Amino acid sequence: MLLNIKNLHVSINGKEIIKGLNLGVNKGEVHAIMGPNGTGKSTLAAAITGREGYEITQGEIWYKNKNIIGMPAEERANEGIFLSFQYPVEIPGVSMTNFMRTALNAQREYHELPAIPAGEFLKLMEEKKNLVEIHSKLNNRSVNEGFSGGEKKKNEIFQMAMLQPSLAILDETDSGLDIDALKVVAKGVTGLRSEENAFIVITHYQRLLDYIVPDFVHVLFDGKIVKSGGKNLALELEEKGYEWIKEQYHAGS
Amino acid sequence: MNGSKSSIMRVPDITNSPKVMENMKLLKEIPLGEMLIDRFQNQFDVITANDIPAVTAMRKEAMNHFISNGFPSSSDEKWRHTEIESLTEENFQYYLKPLDSEQDIEDLFKCEVHDFDTEIISLLNGWYVNKHAGLTTLPNGIVYGSLTNAMKLYPELFEQYYGNLADIQVNGFVSVNTAMVQDGVFIYIPDGVYAEKTIQIIKLIDKKEQLFVQNRNLIILGKNSSFSLMHCDDSINHFSSLINTVTEVYVGENAHFNLYKLQNLNNQSGLINSTFIHQEANSTTKSNTLTFNGGMIRNNINIDLQGENAHADVLGLYLMDKNQHVDNQIYIKHNAAHCTSNEKFKGILDDEASAVFNGYIYVARNAQKTNAYQNNNNILLTPKATINSMPFLEIYADDVKCSHGATIGQLDQEAMFYMRQRGISSSNARLLLMYAFTAEIINQISIEALRKRIDDMVKKRLRGELSVCEKCVLHCGSPDKEYHFEIDMSKI
Ligand SMILES: Nc1ncnc2c1ncn2[C@@H]1O[C@H](COP(=O)(O)OP(=O)(O)O)[C@@H](O)[C@H]1O
Ligand SMILES: [Mg+2]
Repeated sequence: MLLNIKNLHVSINGKEIIKGLNLGVNKGEVHAIMGPNGTGKSTLAAAITGREGYEITQGEIWYKNKNIIGMPAEERANEGIFLSFQYPVEIPGVSMTNFMRTALNAQREYHELPAIPAGEFLKLMEEKKNLVEIHSKLNNRSVNEGFSGGEKKKNEIFQMAMLQPSLAILDETDSGLDIDALKVVAKGVTGLRSEENAFIVITHYQRLLDYIVPDFVHVLFDGKIVKSGGKNLALELEEKGYEWIKEQYHAGS
Repeated sequence: MNGSKSSIMRVPDITNSPKVMENMKLLKEIPLGEMLIDRFQNQFDVITANDIPAVTAMRKEAMNHFISNGFPSSSDEKWRHTEIESLTEENFQYYLKPLDSEQDIEDLFKCEVHDFDTEIISLLNGWYVNKHAGLTTLPNGIVYGSLTNAMKLYPELFEQYYGNLADIQVNGFVSVNTAMVQDGVFIYIPDGVYAEKTIQIIKLIDKKEQLFVQNRNLIILGKNSSFSLMHCDDSINHFSSLINTVTEVYVGENAHFNLYKLQNLNNQSGLINSTFIHQEANSTTKSNTLTFNGGMIRNNINIDLQGENAHADVLGLYLMDKNQHVDNQIYIKHNAAHCTSNEKFKGILDDEASAVFNGYIYVARNAQKTNAYQNNNNILLTPKATINSMPFLEIYADDVKCSHGATIGQLDQEAMFYMRQRGISSSNARLLLMYAFTAEIINQISIEALRKRIDDMVKKRLRGELSVCEKCVLHCGSPDKEYHFEIDMSKI
């Protein structure tokens, strides 16, 4: 199993947000995580990627047969965990090129590979830019600064394509995108998808799942996965909303 | 006025013939101010040996001012956050003659900077290193050389310009400099001359004892001229020194002056750097003060915009750590209409470092359509680092645009995590953020070769690898020692 989360409890400032979550992801799979706002989807992503301030009070996160709790965020990234941020961060003064090259070389250094030659790097940039249909020059632009909402999301997928992760978590990458941008995101994912890697797609909407067909759909509610199913569960949620899930959950608890 | 200081300093009769000090060691046990007054009285002939009468008169007046006021102290409003007593109450040596160098002078000043062709002026322990006796005259008419030599050769220029900008009332450092200074740099750019080469003043302190050093620079830019000056303050050993420099610059009508100040002193040393700039109509000044190291640095930058349509950019960057302290005092006087000034200082403070920024904008009644902008941004890397940022606006005209702003923050934690999530180590992520923060100032350096060198220095400094260079700071960037940053910052 690529990722195996066992009985995970996560607190922020002493408040428990994730309350005993289990999730197993194998190589080659796409898992969709759905659920109402504020139920802990982004918190789960933060816990997997090793963000400070998210206190893991119980449970384990196994990734590539290692319990990664306590592993620094950059090491997790270099081990192939990638997060497409729900809110990509603007970094004025740090150029996209420089940022990307630093990231790529950090990863290569981690795997004891030499730094990428400038020419090769530029070629790779062009190739991946075309893939996600970024037409502007990135060289002189600061990371996400002045990017439109859609551009920011495309930029996340661009970075994913550059870094070729084994586990990519897409946190509402589809939110606020028009249908064309949505197709670009889907193309980025499809282009990367293989038997060797896996995706966790956090979304509110069924529509992205038309393009990225999930193997599993999970409903996250009140810090737990309360329902799992196949791709049809997403259709059902789209149709019926979350109320019935909530009712089921409250009736059960 | 400082009562406690004046009580120990009696007003001497400076017209008396000076006594000769038999043994300089006798002076060692007294604070700097007293020692200087004593020296002034006893060695008056030595100090004034090369003077024109106007300068001697100025010295007397300045010394009287110094005797009654002394050095500033932290009870003075303008020195409240800079505890200068820690230096002025020390015992320093002060020499009235150049010293023999303890190292090979040629070797000390070997400062080849790739792609950056400059005229180099060297001052060692405060004295002009007299490679070519007299003044240097370039084919385009530019004259430069030792201040003392210039005074002898161009007395009329000194009568007209010298001491007019550096107001002895400003503080004890300016008055004691005026009273006792014996050397420095003179630069004259004739009307209409566009100086292609930058002149670089390299000041080194290399003496194995505590030294008090004074310099005085006079720079005159004629009408329609253009000139860039680079002023490097370095120390090459780890003895403490206190440097007191006063620079006066006249920027003529439609002339353009660029000033780069590079400060990289050891942590035991102090530097009081007072720059007075006078601008005529349609002139521009761009001043860039880059402070990398130094125990206690005080920059006073006074700019008088005296003619219409004059413009001043006053920029600065300070990167301080340990117990270093930097205090930038900027005073911009809008005395004519349609002038603009733009102040921007940025700083990163680590460990227990502290900084002061004081931007004062004065707009006279007739200075309508003034546009004055002031900004100071700081990043504090530790809870113990401190910054005092204070804007002052004094405005008498009614049709003006003035703005000021100050920010104090930490490194953006969201950005830190974003970068680390991409595999970038936290130390490199910090570096990238700090470097990005400095870029706004560095990018303003218009001489490309210089910008690259400074850029290298900033990277080195941010990595904690730039302490005090063994030689001229710019040496760090010479081609055979090209500095490679782990993160390639070049835009490709
Ligand atoms: N940094 C934070 N500090 C305090 N509470 C937070 C923080 N981040 C998230 N929360 C809280 O945790 C809960 C889950 O948030 P989140 O994981 O962002 O939900 P989702 O992504 O499912 O919309 C919410 O109640 C939210 O208010
Ligand atoms: Mg969320």
